This record gives sequence, C-alpha cells and structure tokens, in this order.
Amino acid sequence: MWDYTDKVREHFLNPKNVGEIPDADAVGEVGSLACGDALKLYLKLDENKERIVDAKFQTFGCASAIASSSALTEIIKGKTLDEALDVSNQEIAEFLGGLPEEKMHCSVMGQEALEVAIAKYRGGPVPGHDHDHLHPEMEGEIVCKCFGITDQFLKKVISDNKLHTAEQVTHFTKAGGGCGGCIPQINELIAEVMGDQPKEERKRPEKLTNLRKMQLIQDILEKEVRPLLWADGGDLELIDIAGSTVQIAFRKACAGCVSSGHTAKFVEQKLREFVAEDIVVEEVEG
Amino acid sequence: MKEIYFDNNATTKVDEAVFEEIRPYFCELYGNPSSMHFFGGQVQRKIDEARNRTAALLGALPEEIIFTACGTESDNAAIRSALEIFPEKRHIITTRVEHPAVLTLCRNLSKRGYRVTELTVDGDGNLDLDELRAVVDDDTAIVSIMHANNETGVIFPIEKIGAIVKEKGALFHTDAVQAVGKVPMNMASSTVDMLALSGHKLHAPKGIGAMYLRKGVPFRPFMVGGHQERNRRAGTENTVGIIALGKSCELAGHYLAEENSRVKALRDRLEAEILRLIPNVRVNGGGAERLPNTTSVAFEFVEGEAILLLLSEKGICASSGSACTSGSLEPSHVLRAMGVPFTCAHGSIRFSLSRFSTDEEVDAIIGELPPIIQRLRELSPFGREFLQK
Repeated sequence: MWDYTDKVREHFLNPKNVGEIPDADAVGEVGSLACGDALKLYLKLDENKERIVDAKFQTFGCASAIASSSALTEIIKGKTLDEALDVSNQEIAEFLGGLPEEKMHCSVMGQEALEVAIAKYRGGPVPGHDHDHLHPEMEGEIVCKCFGITDQFLKKVISDNKLHTAEQVTHFTKAGGGCGGCIPQINELIAEVMGDQPKEERKRPEKLTNLRKMQLIQDILEKEVRPLLWADGGDLELIDIAGSTVQIAFRKACAGCVSSGHTAKFVEQKLREFVAEDIVVEEVEG
Repeated sequence: MKEIYFDNNATTKVDEAVFEEIRPYFCELYGNPSSMHFFGGQVQRKIDEARNRTAALLGALPEEIIFTACGTESDNAAIRSALEIFPEKRHIITTRVEHPAVLTLCRNLSKRGYRVTELTVDGDGNLDLDELRAVVDDDTAIVSIMHANNETGVIFPIEKIGAIVKEKGALFHTDAVQAVGKVPMNMASSTVDMLALSGHKLHAPKGIGAMYLRKGVPFRPFMVGGHQERNRRAGTENTVGIIALGKSCELAGHYLAEENSRVKALRDRLEAEILRLIPNVRVNGGGAERLPNTTSVAFEFVEGEAILLLLSEKGICASSGSACTSGSLEPSHVLRAMGVPFTCAHGSIRFSLSRFSTDEEVDAIIGELPPIIQRLRELSPFGREFLQK
C-alpha cells in the first residue's frame, strides 16, 4: 500500500473544486486515457483578467493525481496569472505533506496543466509537454515516445527538482517508464542540465575492416541495444549485414509493436554512434 | 471495520483447523525431524503425514513431493534443474502472462545466452497451441507454462500442452500456485513433469511451498547442504509450515467441490451484477475457461488505484492490474499481453474469492461498487463526456 499522507487522503476522498466552469477564461488539458492519468483544469479570471477567482478540475487517475489536482486549485485561487505561473510542482507536493517519489509525476501534471491553461489563454506557444502525442504546436523535441514527452519539458523538471538519475526522471515525468528506449537520452539531458560529466563512453573507431565492423555491430546490438528491449519484453534478431546495411527482425513484444519504427530508428542511431555514420537499419521479416 | 476480503489470489486466511494442527509444534513438539531420538521422530512422522496429504491432493506419490519455501522457489528449482540436466539445450519456452516468479527468471536467463520464447495470448488470454507446436524443438530444455493465471483466472489446457512438449523430449513445468485446490488434479495420469504450489494461497501460512517432481525425472537441486527432502532440498525443514500445508491440502481436497459450486456461484453472481449495474465494463478473460473464484473486471474511464482505495474505505479488499498500484507506469503485463483496450486497462480490478466468502459480502460489494465507479467517472474528464452522452 502507498504511504500517503493524511492530507493526500483527505484531498482524494473529499477533493475540492471538482467540475467544470462553463464560461472559463482558460482551460488546460494534459494527459490521456492511454497514459493512465489526465487532468483538465478550468480557470475563471476577475474583470481585469488578471487574478484567478475560481478554479475547477476533472481528473482521471490515481489517488495522488486527484489529490494533486485538488491541491493545485486550492493553491492558485486568488493568485494573479503571473503568481500562479510561479507555483512549482514541489509546492503542490508540499501542500499535500509530500508524495511518494514514484507519484511525483502527479504533482508535475498539475503544474503542467496550469502552464498549458495560461499559455493558451495568453495566446503564446503551448509548453512542450502536452502528453497528447506529437502535438504540432508543441515546443521541443520528443524524447519519450511512449508518453510523448519533450526534451524542453524534461530539462525544466530535472532542473526544478534537481534530479540526478533516470529513475527519478521517470518518477517525476513518466518519461522512460514505458519501453525504456529513451533512458540513454534522459541520462544525457541530466548530464547537460546538472552539469555532470557524461560517463566514459565508447568511441567510434576511425577505420574498420569489414570483419571488425560486423563484429562491432553484433557487439553493440548485444550490449547496448537488446538489454533495453528486454526490459520491456521485446527483442530483436540480427538477420544479415551487407556493407553498411544492417537487417534486423523484431521479436516478442517488439514484433508488431506500434512503435517498432521508432525502435528501428533507435537501433540505427546507436549503430551510427558506435560503429559508422553510414549505417542503415532495415526491419525485415525473418 | 470488518474486512470483506476478496483478494484471495494474493493470499488467504489460515484455516482455523490448520492453525490448530500446527499449534503444538511451536512450543511443545519442537524437535528436529532429523534427530535420532523419539522427540524428533514424532515430528518426522507428522511430516510424512503432511507429504501423504499433499500428494493425495495432486494424485501423486509421496516421494514426488519436495517441500520448499514458496511457489517462487519451486519455480526456480524446476527451471534451473532442467537447464542443468540438458546443458546442451539452450531454449526455454514460457508465456507472456506468467507470474514474475517464472517470467523474471526466464528473462534473466535470456540475458545469459538462453533463447527464450514467450508465447502470446489472444484477447481472452488463451494460448494458441499451434504457436507452441511451431516453436518447441530439439533444443528446448524446458517448457514452463502456468496452470491458471493469477490476474484473470484463465486456465491453460495443461495436458494438451504437456502432450505437445513430450513429443519433443523437453521437460514440462507448470506453475500451479493458483490452480491447486481449485482445479482437480491427477499427476498419475498427467503429462506434467514438475509443478509448483504455494501454501498461503490455500489457507496455510506464508513461507511454505512444494514442488511436485515426477518419479524418474532427473533433478539437480540448487539448495545443497544437508540430506533433507532426499537430498533434493537441503535445509532444516520448516516443520510447522509443512504440517500446515499438509492439513491445508487435506482440507482443499475436501472443499474442492464447494470451490467449484458455491464459490463459483458467488463469483458468477458478483460478476453478473457488476455487468448489470455498471455500464462500460468488460470482464478480462471472460470468454475463456477460468478459475471458479476469480474475476477481473475493467471499468472504462477510471483508474484502478482510486477504485481500490475507495473500496478500501468501505472495508473491501481487492487488487488491481493498474499501473499506479504497482509503481510501474503501464498496466499489468498480463492485461497488455491480452490487448485489453487502453480505455479500460488502467481501470481493471480483480476480485478473488475463497471458501470463506459469503453471500452477504457479495451483496455489500454490489452495493458499494456502483456509486464508487459513478463518483470517479464524474471526476474524470473522459467519464464526464461519456456520462453526458
């Protein structure tokens, strides 16, 4: 059982400000049914369109998602839009007396919805963390394809919450919690944001004989690629290598997976990084 | 608050008769069964009795029973032994819906160079035996396929599977932790080589399990040390656990018919009423043959952890295949393997009954559940859209 605080329990069992505001000035929506949680936030402003006079929410999600939404609406009522934008996810978590680390993404979702609502109201670009997959108006590059999360958003959460491990990033944002394919990228973002030196990395060799190249491709697939696929019950098999074309077939959970195209790209990216720049990965039946 | 315990696939109440059976073996009859003196000998005789009782429930010979610490140990012992017996064979077959006791082990072995095939299931959770036929080969050391699924209760056709496996000379192991005591078994006429069972799923305490090992099937123990269990599982016997398991197996044989009649009728009524009273619900594995005590129901537009906690407020104990209860971010591997639609995979709740479940308890759940689902749907942006339609 989760170790929820009494405050979380109270805001889950008797959430404040549930519902819609039909003539809301601002509405922000994040998450989806597929992701397992979603929040729709409604804001009503005063006549100067400056201060939040009412806030309501609808949430699909677990107890901490519901409690975080309730806390968010309580915190922002009476604040100006600029003051509201300063509300951090930590503030939401603190209001609730803390959240289990695995549930911190619930507080982040609250803060996201608020940012989206205000950005939409002000007509600027919508912050790049609408979980709605591949939204065109989104800022930044998608890192986590499973949950549709961008680098810009991840960098902000890493920096705001001083996160040091990919596991923490998953707890706070869900990124990396699906297929796990983006965990290396998350580590790179952590290194970039937190100023850590990237770990000792393999270097791409200058020149390769054909034999050495084939060995290296096999080695990278075994050591760098397949363990990541195994983590989600997937796998791949190396079918053939012809020059710089590497033919692979997906196995188990990867076979028929809707994101196998992304996975093939990921494999290609890895091989280009460690073996040679001109590698092309082809998915074949086999 | 009196609990309404409908989470018997997680663990069960120790039967009072089991507790009475083991009571003297803590402070009075505490001898070591290996000792030469009368004081240990009387415990040894009680262990023999427990072995006979356990064997009787399975339709097995007493010497085919090895007591272990839990179902997980039995699974590990069986699979690891098979790989040692056939060092030249490098292929393992299992399913995508196994309990982690088997699945995690197989995935770890695949990282150590074994070829592991995870059979898929259809939308009802059924296996395709043609897929098994196509992948089992001379390189296959062991096929490990569960008897009944812990999350959905779906029962696999163990004897048909075993017949296919035997043709290729591989060993067949089944994790029967959820099936023992609910499905009649007769190892004497079975194709199963090894089987895992767990005491705490059938009203014995936690910390005791057993493994069935067919006579004549070679075995390499991974616990070595003393001579206990005929050198097949070293370590001083968990005497009270073993005696408890024996008693609980005797009782399980006695109550097997009731599990499949009265308990099944309670489950069927619970399921039918949920479907009648709450719209947009599906039964996971509803089209398959299932254990008599289990129902996994998926509620659209709501999330499982929230349902569980609201049920818990009313004293009702159930479990969920939702992501949020486990700390992972995706719904259970079983529901994903079955392709349960994403609109309801996060809202799946498992109710698992036992012979202690009553009509009144079913009534209470039927009374409490609809308003809980209604309340969460009103709270959910998707649920509201649906309710307004």
